[in-house]
Amino acid sequence: MSSLADFLLQPLSYAFMVRGLIAALLVGIVCATVGTYIVLRGMAFFGDALAHAVLPGVALGYLVGGGAARGDLFWWSLGTAILASLGIGAIGKSGKVKEDTAIGIVFAGMFALGIALISTVRSYSVDLTHFLFGDVLGVSTSDLWLTGIFTALVLLTILTFYKEFLVLSFDPILASTLRLPGNLLHYLLLVLIAITIAVSMQTVGVALMVAMLVTPAATAYLLTKRLPIMMALAASIASFSGVVGLYLSYYLGIASGAAIVLIATAVFGLVWGGKMLRQRVRQ
Amino acid sequence: MSSSSSKHSTYGSAVHAEGAPVLDVSHLSAGYDGHLALDDVTFHLHTGERVAVIGPNGAGKSTLFKVIAGILVPLSGQVNIAGDRPSGHICIAYVPQRSQVDWSFPVSVADVVMMGRVGKLGPLRWPKAQDWNIVRRSLEVVGMADLSQRQISELSGGQQQRMFIARALAQEAHLVLMDEPLTGLDVPSQKDIFRILDDLRQERVTVMVATHDLGQAAEHFDRVMLLNRRLLGFGAPEQVFEPEILMHAYGSHLHFVEGEQGIIAVGDTCCGEGDGADE
Repeated sequence: MSSLADFLLQPLSYAFMVRGLIAALLVGIVCATVGTYIVLRGMAFFGDALAHAVLPGVALGYLVGGGAARGDLFWWSLGTAILASLGIGAIGKSGKVKEDTAIGIVFAGMFALGIALISTVRSYSVDLTHFLFGDVLGVSTSDLWLTGIFTALVLLTILTFYKEFLVLSFDPILASTLRLPGNLLHYLLLVLIAITIAVSMQTVGVALMVAMLVTPAATAYLLTKRLPIMMALAASIASFSGVVGLYLSYYLGIASGAAIVLIATAVFGLVWGGKMLRQRVRQ
Repeated sequence: MSSSSSKHSTYGSAVHAEGAPVLDVSHLSAGYDGHLALDDVTFHLHTGERVAVIGPNGAGKSTLFKVIAGILVPLSGQVNIAGDRPSGHICIAYVPQRSQVDWSFPVSVADVVMMGRVGKLGPLRWPKAQDWNIVRRSLEVVGMADLSQRQISELSGGQQQRMFIARALAQEAHLVLMDEPLTGLDVPSQKDIFRILDDLRQERVTVMVATHDLGQAAEHFDRVMLLNRRLLGFGAPEQVFEPEILMHAYGSHLHFVEGEQGIIAVGDTCCGEGDGADE
């Protein structure tokens, strides 16, 4: 066997690596597809905030389950993410404070609550690290099923309401004159972002989530001016980053979530640099 | 463009009453946060006519369009489109100011025009060959069939405006509201737009255009509506362009010039939102 094949195949002899790779692929696809809307609608701060706001829910689940029942954590984070997304959406619509201010308040408050809860456990720094930065190698087979099912659900919903989301994102006034249910669609998109975050929690963690949502989609935005192509490209870049990042993490002993995000950022840097260079040459 | 009758559920459910005016506004007052932008406005439009809406900045032109489009709920009074409230209709097209559009959005010209079909398509349906035909025909009407695959950031100002008119056609709109469509366009592009508006008249599409160009309002429109919170004048251009009526609306910001046919007003306070995007 050649050394390259060896290099690629050797980690696959560990079941946890295979599970981790599948998880990274799925998470890359769902994050990048939903992230396309986040980039186009300028919702990066919302995505970041929502990811952080999930922490208290996860912490509570962790405390209730005594740290043992890992599978339940998904449902805790899903519930918290959906509640937080609707909460932030409602505060933003109330108009009493500006939306980004509302997001900042909810986000920091929830995050603080999460840290406070986790800090009641003795071994808290280790557990906190897992929540903050992900533990893709700890993904179980049942986690994988949940990830797969919810990824499919999110993608199917986007496909179903593709034309409505397109109109709403490009021209909200057209959406109202065509009598699309704008509020409903807006909240549906928020819930989709929430599900995506819950699905990706274990792989990339709270702190780096925004990178998976935004970076591959932003890279794709530089490369194409067609929405479906942008989605496909973003998903490919994110999956590629997930797989390469995981290998990097395996061989160099780097934290997996950080490695994935670093690869995604490097891809963005290359594409952005290439674009700038081409622009220079043309001028 | 004729309205296609179809059985499936569309967004919006209003029916058009036979004989009812395309737009009937009575004692309309509207505004935001206690500020009254429109005060007791009453008028109605005839099918297929072209109306210029003029008035100084803050006169309530945009507010009027939003109420007519059914986006803003009036404080009092009534708006009827073909005999029914606006919020049920999908036949009202609102053409936005070009400065309010994200031109870097990753869509082609055809994608944007197809957006006009979404109301008719209704939920859970994808565009069919018939819809793409309508998109193609709409782009032909505005002379942009060859640009259908262009990314929207690559369009000139006049092309951007014509694309939105094509979208209104694809929407099968009966009433088109255009917010400052001519601002920032050069003369040939403006001529193109008026040629297309002539075609719309043939199709019995009613058009309201908010504009700052009084000369154009006088030259190219059937009727002129002078608005400054209240309706100060509505009629043929020569009726509305009386110095005392205009002075009442614009105050001292208006300049008059003695012309061959009498006194002409040559400009208002506007600076416009010209973004320099010319042909």
